[in-house]
Amino acid sequence: MLAPALVALGVSVVFAAALARIGGADPWTAIQALVVGSVGSTSNLTATLLKATPLLLTGAAVMLAFKSGVFNIGAEGQFLVGALAATIAGTAPGPDTGRWLLVLLAGSLAGAAWAAIAAGFRIARGVNEVITTILLNFVALYLVSYAVDGPLQEAARQYPQSDALVAGALLWRPFAGSRLHLGVAIAFAAALAVGALLTRTTLGLRLRAAGSNAPAARLAGFAVTRDLTVAFALSGALAGLAGAVEVAGVTGRLYERISPGYGYTAIAIALLGGLRSSGVIAAALFFAALSAGAGAMERSAGVSSVLVLAVQGATLLVIAMLDVAALRRFVERRAGIDSKTGADAL
Amino acid sequence: MLFEGFFAAGLVLGTPILLVALGELLVERTGVLNIGIEGVMLGGAFAAALGAYSSGSAAWGAVAAAATGTGLALLFALAAVTLAADQIIVGAAINLLALGVTGALYRALLGATGTALVLPTLPPLEVPVLRHLPLVGAALFGQHALVYLGLCLTPVLAFVLAHTGLGLRLRSLGDHPHAAASLGLPVRRYRVATLAVGGALGGLGGAALTLAATNTFVEGITAGRGFIALAVVVFGRWSPWGALAGSLLFGLASALQFQFQAAALAVPYQLFLMLPYLLTLVVLLLSAGGARAPRALGARYDRD
Repeated sequence: MLAPALVALGVSVVFAAALARIGGADPWTAIQALVVGSVGSTSNLTATLLKATPLLLTGAAVMLAFKSGVFNIGAEGQFLVGALAATIAGTAPGPDTGRWLLVLLAGSLAGAAWAAIAAGFRIARGVNEVITTILLNFVALYLVSYAVDGPLQEAARQYPQSDALVAGALLWRPFAGSRLHLGVAIAFAAALAVGALLTRTTLGLRLRAAGSNAPAARLAGFAVTRDLTVAFALSGALAGLAGAVEVAGVTGRLYERISPGYGYTAIAIALLGGLRSSGVIAAALFFAALSAGAGAMERSAGVSSVLVLAVQGATLLVIAMLDVAALRRFVERRAGIDSKTGADAL
Repeated sequence: MLFEGFFAAGLVLGTPILLVALGELLVERTGVLNIGIEGVMLGGAFAAALGAYSSGSAAWGAVAAAATGTGLALLFALAAVTLAADQIIVGAAINLLALGVTGALYRALLGATGTALVLPTLPPLEVPVLRHLPLVGAALFGQHALVYLGLCLTPVLAFVLAHTGLGLRLRSLGDHPHAAASLGLPVRRYRVATLAVGGALGGLGGAALTLAATNTFVEGITAGRGFIALAVVVFGRWSPWGALAGSLLFGLASALQFQFQAAALAVPYQLFLMLPYLLTLVVLLLSAGGARAPRALGARYDRD
């Protein structure tokens, strides 16, 4: 676990420096800005944790789905409908106290319902969820766009965004003057809970059995169809919760570009983290630090902040290629060829 | 006249998807799942814009797009085929890489003016005589070169896959790579070559987007069209004709929004943007069943 992490860190630093250099900036200034901007001060560290929160929740959603044999590419759409439902719950007239619970519940349920559509397509008609979840992402995107431009638009009708959530709908901020909110803790807890659910409960066993060998699970008497539905719904609920936490914890209102692709990055995070809680947490923090540092890098070194996506991609690519097992297979293959030609195998 | 314009617009909007889907279909038939095709398409779209902008010729843009698409696909091949790394992770990495690099290069090289980029467009090539056929003439035979490429490649690929030795070998890689290897087929070499072809088509799909469908480039212009092509491959049950049908459906549904907007109906535009996706979902619901992916699709292959 440690070696790949260090490699990832090294690769991203070298890559960022090279890109800064190509862009005509001083690489050293750029790297310094990246590091300082992500972990260099309390407020920068806070920014990293806030960025990590949606990535942790959507990453946990993807991890749960993949482990259960559900190829949910729809965390993005589930995040968006979660944010939409949370905004409706958080701006509607009604009592103020405890509203935040309702907001989180609405987001989770909406995400679960959105994922359940894909579950229904797969179970009833055998349609692969990769397609349906991708298509539903775009439907969700335009749904949010329509909502903030129409029925949910702010009373002032000036910008395509919703009204601010009522005070009771916002998540608790335990530290005065800090933007850290309850959702950060929820996200870490959820990432750990998904790991525990998968490895330590009978439901987790059933889900993993359905994921690794559905016919065998069916023979063993597991209700695979029901377990699949549960996996879709739980995964969608986590992604929907991520949307609700973002609205109630960070933005305070809904607007069109509320997700810069969290649900897609989540796939990279879940896989990079080896579909394990500890790995997902590490990967989410790492990607969040890169995102948080990117802004600082742009301001002080003039390096375009989109480059951080390239850094994330290059890191992911190198990690996948340096995957120790992959490297060993490659070496063995070479050795095998050598042995065929009579040379000694390593 | 209304119908002709509608059908022509559907073809123009469906062609980027079709080219990407045909390339991806070929790759998936050999057992490789390249979800990085979104990034390949984006790289092609940017290279097309840059090439056309700096040379003043859309044709050079298309060449640059094909080359860039091939390059990105070969990067994927190096990691996912040669080193047998996880195909999904590598694909996701390519997508991020393309998004970051094209975004930064666009800001550095093309986006500085502050006005929308206007690109040279692929000229329409009119087919004499056929051009004047009633109803479909103008739509089918007055199009740009990449539309013809997609329409001609569909039957060619369908024939190659179903009726030639090469097609049989490619399909055998997708279903039983180990059996194919035991018969002496160089599994990796075939897969890398197919990925290169798929990458060129993916890049050209991007070019069809920037040089014909929109005539401009903005950051992240593909906006999930590569993913749509992935869906179209499954929707078309891994057959070129199916991919053509799926791409046309998507293109026509996209064209519908312009028709409705022109008619000035009091319906929010987002609902029309949503329409192609909803329609694809409905068609899937009605037509599903019987689809079978190549057996070894996405599986790690690490033996010779």
